[in-house]
Amino acid sequence: MAIRAARWVDDQLGLANLARRDFLRKVFPDHWSFMLGETALYSFIILVVSGTYLAFFFQPGGSQTIVYDGSYGPLQGVAMSQAYASTLNISFDVEAGLFVRQVHHWAALIFMAAITAHLARVFFTGAFRHPRQLNWLVGVSLLVAGLFSGFTGYSVVDDLLSGTGLAIGYSVVLSVPFVGPWLAFIIFGGPIASPGIIPRLTAIHIMILPAVITALILLHLAIMWRQKHTNYPGPGRTEHTIVGIPLWPTYAFKAVGFFFIVFGVIAALGAFVQINPIWLFGPYDPAAVSAWSQPDWYVGWLEGALRVFPPFEPQIFGVTIPSPFIPGALLGLIMLAGLYLYPFLEARATNDHEVHHVLDRPSEHPVRTAIGIAGIVLLLVLLVSGSDDVLAVMLGTHIELVKLVLGVLLLVLPAAAGVVTFLICRRLKKRAATAASVGREP
Amino acid sequence: MSGEPHHRRRRLWRAFEPVWALLGAAISAVAAVAAFWLGADIQLFGGLSALSLLLAGLGLAWWADWGMPDELVTEPREELASTPQDRAEFAATFARGGQAISRRRVLAASVITLIGAYFALAVSMVRSLAPNPYSILDHTAWKSGARVVTTGGDPLKPADVRIDSVLTVFPDGHVGEADAQTLLIRVRPDLLQLPSDRQSWATDGIVAYSKVCTHAGCPVGLYQAEQHLLLCPCHESTFDVLRGAQPIAGPAARALPQLPLTVDGEGFLVAQADYSTQVGPSFWDMPTGGS
Repeated sequence: MAIRAARWVDDQLGLANLARRDFLRKVFPDHWSFMLGETALYSFIILVVSGTYLAFFFQPGGSQTIVYDGSYGPLQGVAMSQAYASTLNISFDVEAGLFVRQVHHWAALIFMAAITAHLARVFFTGAFRHPRQLNWLVGVSLLVAGLFSGFTGYSVVDDLLSGTGLAIGYSVVLSVPFVGPWLAFIIFGGPIASPGIIPRLTAIHIMILPAVITALILLHLAIMWRQKHTNYPGPGRTEHTIVGIPLWPTYAFKAVGFFFIVFGVIAALGAFVQINPIWLFGPYDPAAVSAWSQPDWYVGWLEGALRVFPPFEPQIFGVTIPSPFIPGALLGLIMLAGLYLYPFLEARATNDHEVHHVLDRPSEHPVRTAIGIAGIVLLLVLLVSGSDDVLAVMLGTHIELVKLVLGVLLLVLPAAAGVVTFLICRRLKKRAATAASVGREP
Repeated sequence: MSGEPHHRRRRLWRAFEPVWALLGAAISAVAAVAAFWLGADIQLFGGLSALSLLLAGLGLAWWADWGMPDELVTEPREELASTPQDRAEFAATFARGGQAISRRRVLAASVITLIGAYFALAVSMVRSLAPNPYSILDHTAWKSGARVVTTGGDPLKPADVRIDSVLTVFPDGHVGEADAQTLLIRVRPDLLQLPSDRQSWATDGIVAYSKVCTHAGCPVGLYQAEQHLLLCPCHESTFDVLRGAQPIAGPAARALPQLPLTVDGEGFLVAQADYSTQVGPSFWDMPTGGS
């Protein structure tokens, strides 16, 4: 039966030759770090499946027209939007709804974490070099799309926490030079707390971004397929060969097995670890705010920058540079531009335009590794700055002191970490060179 | 090169067969189905589903590791870039086809014009996404004589506001409007040190400031009565209530706009006028001047 069906398809498309050669025997390198990108891919599949389920119940309305009468007692009789009420309904009145909601949120966090880790792996091993600069651009675009996907996703719920995040997002868009007011109104449909934002965010979150991410992933994989994987240095691995296990059957079983393991871990988190308990935050009210508001981690570094940046809002010739502009809009754009352009900057700086299929060890490139570590430390300090209020309470000190110390750390720590990394790498590189020359002697 | 021996550590579980993991996965999945239909606790359903998925993944990977060929194979990489001949042939073919276009200059130009017109059409549609922001950002619902009402819509007399208390208020008829939200705070009148041109803006020690933070638009929700400081919980900007809500700490650089207050004929608190400075976060071409 299956053979008959396969024959019928091949009669019409003639795929057998192609599949035998390029598909079934495709070589996949066998190294754990190649699973980071796979984790991101599998999390995305889980996001699409769980998100579709949630979309069957979610109602994207932002006006406070509902008086809640569902089964969560503490909020009964409270006025709220359709978006928030339907999310409460998913959480309390849809069988297994809360489980799917938590799976969706955990999958989003793991998706972003996996993309970030995969990006770090590609960066520190120099996998982005020619001929993979094009795919680096696609990959960074996936990171950006994922970031917006996460932010819009937890914002559509219209709870108090996400509403606060939207107000801040509005102020950052408003701070864009001169077109800010138009841009902010085109996106948000009106000034801060416009109820029109919820259906727009929903359309962006459930239609536009999933389509963009799907297209980018397909492009990412197609380019990877065409170019073949990179290889870590080792026996038989040269710029003209690739070493690994074939797709069929070993790699296929491992990959599908790994998909189930990722799904299982996310399902366990969704079942047992509470995430985003929106019923505790209450519905959005433009005149209310909860203390200790923290966004999800992938947005947290921008929040940190907004918190520790000094009160700087100069007026020049009647033009105001809004205080959120530099830490909120410019910093993000500069970091993003740096990320997009890094492969080209490095190629120009080292004058290396050769084809590279064999990866570097991080210690072989002290400057690159130092830049990467400095960037990671910068992001970590910013992320910690996003919780400066919690930090001040924990340490029992004044918030101003915490802000000052974090500001100094932001200027000093990344550079210091970069220099230390550089020195360590140079040492390791020298030692490896010595060992190699000694080892070669008879 | 046909490959090399791939040395593996012997693992304890290789002595078992992966069939147990796959069977366990199926049993857990059936148990999860039962939990669902019996209306069991959501954690039981989720936990059994997770267990099933983990066992299934483990079983498949285990099978691959236990009973499938695991020798490393080496494949050649072909050159990615096309050969110069291929490139030349492509260029020639493209140019041959292109001649048909370049001969018809007027037609080509009209196609480009058409694309531009469609672009303009699409951009025009974007306009309907937003009202003109400048006609909304330049005012709030506060105007001369607008009564100060609570979130419940009740008007207030000065005697209703206790010393060191803080109330969120709106103009009558506009309760809940984000850009009109205002904080009403009463302090001992002799403590107030308002700028000289605002001496008449307070009534019996009652001052009113915009609740929208001038930094990033969060509601300035915390009041420390002993020090007379307003604190924004989002980024910890701090404003001095006694001195016209000037920022004294945190990232905000502008004072919270002050609403001039007075009392109407019936003794209720009303606004003298709308805010005279920009409410909420700044933008590049916002009106400046005023205090």
